[in-house]
Amino acid sequence: MSDIVEESVTHKVPVEDFATDWDHTDPQWVNDPYPIWEDLRERCPVAHTDRYGGGWFPTTHEMVSSIANDTEHFTSRMVVVVHNKYPPNFIPAPIGGAPPITSDPPFHAIARRVILPAFAPGPVNALEPQIRALCNKHLDQMVGHEFVDGGTDYAQYIPPGVIATMLGFPSEDEEIFRDIVHLVLDLIDLPSEVRGPLFEPMSEYFTKQIDDHIENPRDDLTSYLLNVEVGGKKLDRQHVAGTMVLVLVAGIDTTWSAIGSAIWHLARHPDDLARLVNEPDLLPVAVEEFLRFYAPVTMARLVAEDHEFFGCPMKKDDWVLLGFPAANRDPKAFENADRFIIDRAANRHAAFGLGIHRCVGSNLARLELRVAIEEFIKRFPKFELADSEGVTWAPGQVRGPRHLPLRILS
Amino acid sequence: MKVRIDPEICQGQGRCFSIAPGIFDFDDLGNGVVIGDGTLTSDSIEQARLAQLNCPEHAIFIEE
Ligand code: HEM
Ligand code: SF4
Repeated sequence: MSDIVEESVTHKVPVEDFATDWDHTDPQWVNDPYPIWEDLRERCPVAHTDRYGGGWFPTTHEMVSSIANDTEHFTSRMVVVVHNKYPPNFIPAPIGGAPPITSDPPFHAIARRVILPAFAPGPVNALEPQIRALCNKHLDQMVGHEFVDGGTDYAQYIPPGVIATMLGFPSEDEEIFRDIVHLVLDLIDLPSEVRGPLFEPMSEYFTKQIDDHIENPRDDLTSYLLNVEVGGKKLDRQHVAGTMVLVLVAGIDTTWSAIGSAIWHLARHPDDLARLVNEPDLLPVAVEEFLRFYAPVTMARLVAEDHEFFGCPMKKDDWVLLGFPAANRDPKAFENADRFIIDRAANRHAAFGLGIHRCVGSNLARLELRVAIEEFIKRFPKFELADSEGVTWAPGQVRGPRHLPLRILS
Repeated sequence: MKVRIDPEICQGQGRCFSIAPGIFDFDDLGNGVVIGDGTLTSDSIEQARLAQLNCPEHAIFIEE
């Protein structure tokens, strides 16, 4: 896959002014977006671009919240910015290709209700021993090495294992899951003729899993989705497949990025690391600050109809990049917004979104994040960055370290 | 003093029942609910306030 991709990556013009030409795949943004957002927030709170067919990027908490709560003027039909807003076989609003994240009211509530019980605290908390065991399996392999990679040796393995169990997919297919995530979330800048065909193996994989579950139903989310009835009718197969893709994509890269960012922070802040090692009870509070400060997920909307937004003339089908991470750094919404405060008591962060699309998986994400950090620092109470140049960041709308070279200190 | 959650506003962010499990609980869908009639004691009021300050949706109300 990577050959085709490398050949066709458009050599694009570097951004000079993010206010009039933003691009979230520009290396400057990928490596360190925070100064860019801060500058925009002060200078021009809604940035614009002609790239990707045109779009806006509002940077304040107030704006992000008002868009997330306005499903009339902003549709979720597509939530990842790509070049083609009407891909072949697209499924129109209010259902969209991956319900409920691509759905608008009133259908959204139906699709969301279907999956909520599976992610409620009860069933999710039951997964804790499995998550802990998974973390330790990978930590066992890292022990004894002075140099490890917090991303490729650890963070990347935790969420796929959990999601494979939930969906009832073979855990040895992890590599396939990461390829799927990479395709949906990272390879967004490909021309659509190149991007389109890359989806075929993914559809085939899901078709195979669904067929297998129809033949051999079992106690997992896939069988549940295939059998659940809404208003006396089963969900259609396309809906089931869309929701499965959603759970896979939304559940893997996001949490992997959050775990990676937390470890990245601790590697560079020995005082915070020591505090967590000595006060493990602080971890749930610290997790919320990791989520605020390094919020991994930026979403998107399409403008549903022409209207004016905070003075900006928005046109139907313009993109809106919905920066929950930028909202989390807005000084109007958070005291000392630009400081990481490990025991921040009041923390209304928006890392999981706001309004009706608020992350369904947040209980699971918090659990994975807490357990993954807890086990990591239990095993390695002292570590530092081995090579800050070697840290690489995922491009696009989910931000987290991919390579995270660490030196374990004794 | 009493605490209540507005179910129209709550999106099940889950902060309330993690912070103050004695005051809040969750339903089958993971949305926040108040335990009992929500009457706060001088001991529980601070916990309820803390939960309120952490609810991203501003769905928690404390009333005289
Ligand atoms: C730290 C990890 C995570 C973060 C930061 C995160 C963030 C988000 C955000 C910001 C949204 C809102 C989307 C929007 O407004 O368009 C969302 C939605 C969603 N997330 Fe997560 N997520 C995480 C982990 C997970 C996990 C582990 C799962 C499931 C296994 C999951 C499943 C979902 C689903 C199904 C939705 C769609 C909800 C809807 O449209 O009603 N997420 N997530
Ligand atoms: S913290 Fe707020 S949004 Fe979350 S469950 Fe409690 S009341 Fe609902």
